[in-house]
Amino acid sequence: MNITALINALPGACAQGLIWGIMAIGVYITYKVLDIADLTVDGTMCTGGAVCVMLMLGGVNVWVALLCAFIAGMLAGFITGILHTVMGIPAILAGILTQLALYSINLRILGSSNQAISVRKYPLLLSLLRVPQAALITALFIAALIAALYWFFGTELGCSLRATGCNMAMARAQGINTSFTRVLGLMLSNGIVALSSALFSQYQGFADINMGRGAIVIGLAAVIIGEVLFGRLFRNFALRLVAVVLGAVLYYLVIQVVLWLGLNTDDLKLLTALVVAVFLSVPHLKGRYFRKGAQTRA
Amino acid sequence: MLKLEKISKTFNPGTINEKKALRGVSLTLEDGDFVTVIGGNGAGKSTLLNAVAGVWPIDEGTILIDDINLTPLPEHRRARYIGRVFQDPMMGTAADMWIEENMALSARRGERRTLKRGITAAEREGYRRALAGLGLGLEDRMTSKVGLLSGGQRQALTLLMASLKRPRLLLLDEHTAALDPKTAAKVLEATDRIVSQGNLTTIMITHNMKDAIAHGNRLIMMHEGQIILDIRGEEKRRLTVDALLRQFERVSGEEFASDQALLS
Repeated sequence: MNITALINALPGACAQGLIWGIMAIGVYITYKVLDIADLTVDGTMCTGGAVCVMLMLGGVNVWVALLCAFIAGMLAGFITGILHTVMGIPAILAGILTQLALYSINLRILGSSNQAISVRKYPLLLSLLRVPQAALITALFIAALIAALYWFFGTELGCSLRATGCNMAMARAQGINTSFTRVLGLMLSNGIVALSSALFSQYQGFADINMGRGAIVIGLAAVIIGEVLFGRLFRNFALRLVAVVLGAVLYYLVIQVVLWLGLNTDDLKLLTALVVAVFLSVPHLKGRYFRKGAQTRA
Repeated sequence: MLKLEKISKTFNPGTINEKKALRGVSLTLEDGDFVTVIGGNGAGKSTLLNAVAGVWPIDEGTILIDDINLTPLPEHRRARYIGRVFQDPMMGTAADMWIEENMALSARRGERRTLKRGITAAEREGYRRALAGLGLGLEDRMTSKVGLLSGGQRQALTLLMASLKRPRLLLLDEHTAALDPKTAAKVLEATDRIVSQGNLTTIMITHNMKDAIAHGNRLIMMHEGQIILDIRGEEKRRLTVDALLRQFERVSGEEFASDQALLS
């Protein structure tokens, strides 16, 4: 085993982790704030890249392309939200339906299963040919995103979203339209995921129909790793989002290491699923076998 | 001010579990009325409150507050007029949010939520004073998560929150039932104070006959989805538990069936 190969691969893993960190922030909004496991993101994680790449191939400005990707993601979230709130379909199933529909839509957008975009011909913001620069730009995106979300969740509207995720009956009793807040949260989340997807397709130089497969699990992994490692340290909302990003970076670093150790790439998703399953079950098993006594009630 | 006209609600219609929870209930409340509601298990007390709050649509009848027809409005739109405290202390507050954030949420009850700050410095001072009035020391813990409070503290907080923005109608659904007797007495005391300070029109369900008699200016008793007794004024003031039980047996032709009421 060649240690230099590993060291050379680490910056790339960091950059990739940062980009997926944005995606994980999107997952955090639904999974942690709204208390919905939203599977739409597996589709949106391709839609954003597809929209961005196709627009840029058509000569559109990179910032406009990013904005369009964000809006496309919000639309996907809107569909899931409507299926869930207006049509009364359970959130998980609503997400799966949108995700499945997005597969066809993504193919339509891309026109084929894969579209390459060359950094030599197009003014891409980031590329794996310039890893340090890509990492820096992504970090700036993350800083701006966290600042914006920190502000938003402190507003009246943002607070009503948090209340909805925390206690829906209470939220309604306070006059909060919980259907609206859930749709809004799903839109925001998927918009952010699509933005991450757009950045990622620029980074790797192509958009691929399968790039979002299993994205939800990677997002959850990042959220959980961040929480387990930094949960006691980071109590502030902005810091929690930083923890999520760090979780994503760590995830990709670990992946890099296990690949270097000789794991077959084909087994990667199996490993990811196992890791997430273990981390998700830890709180439950802890509560079951290390009972600290029933909750106190006065 | 509150007017219920022949409201009916049947759960699981057409199935083996069909339950006629409300059978044409009519009730008119005057401004400032404090009504206690008592009744056996499954008499329809909570169903009545949930019907008014709009938890689900009713089958028949109309619900008016100040001549505004609430019947077609969803729960969150009715919240503008109605403050609520639930039986379950966990239900009335958002556990993962701070005390002051919970209060800020309820201070905006029924208002449009905008992109303005969710809580302002000026508000915080007001909340601190209001919390101090509860006498539970919560004013020093405004940035504690509500989930860390005891059931009694949460119930007192929920009660305070329900009155922060003056409701036209306050609904208390057995809000002391899950508390130990000492805490329950404290929360009831706070209830009396908040209701009289704000001169709030209130409906309070209780399973405790003594409480039902001791509080409020009017008492109604429910049985099988109907109001069977409505006692107010001087007659209410002279009421005793024995007299109430006798009245119940006379009107319903049955013995009063509520384990909780008889044991307490």
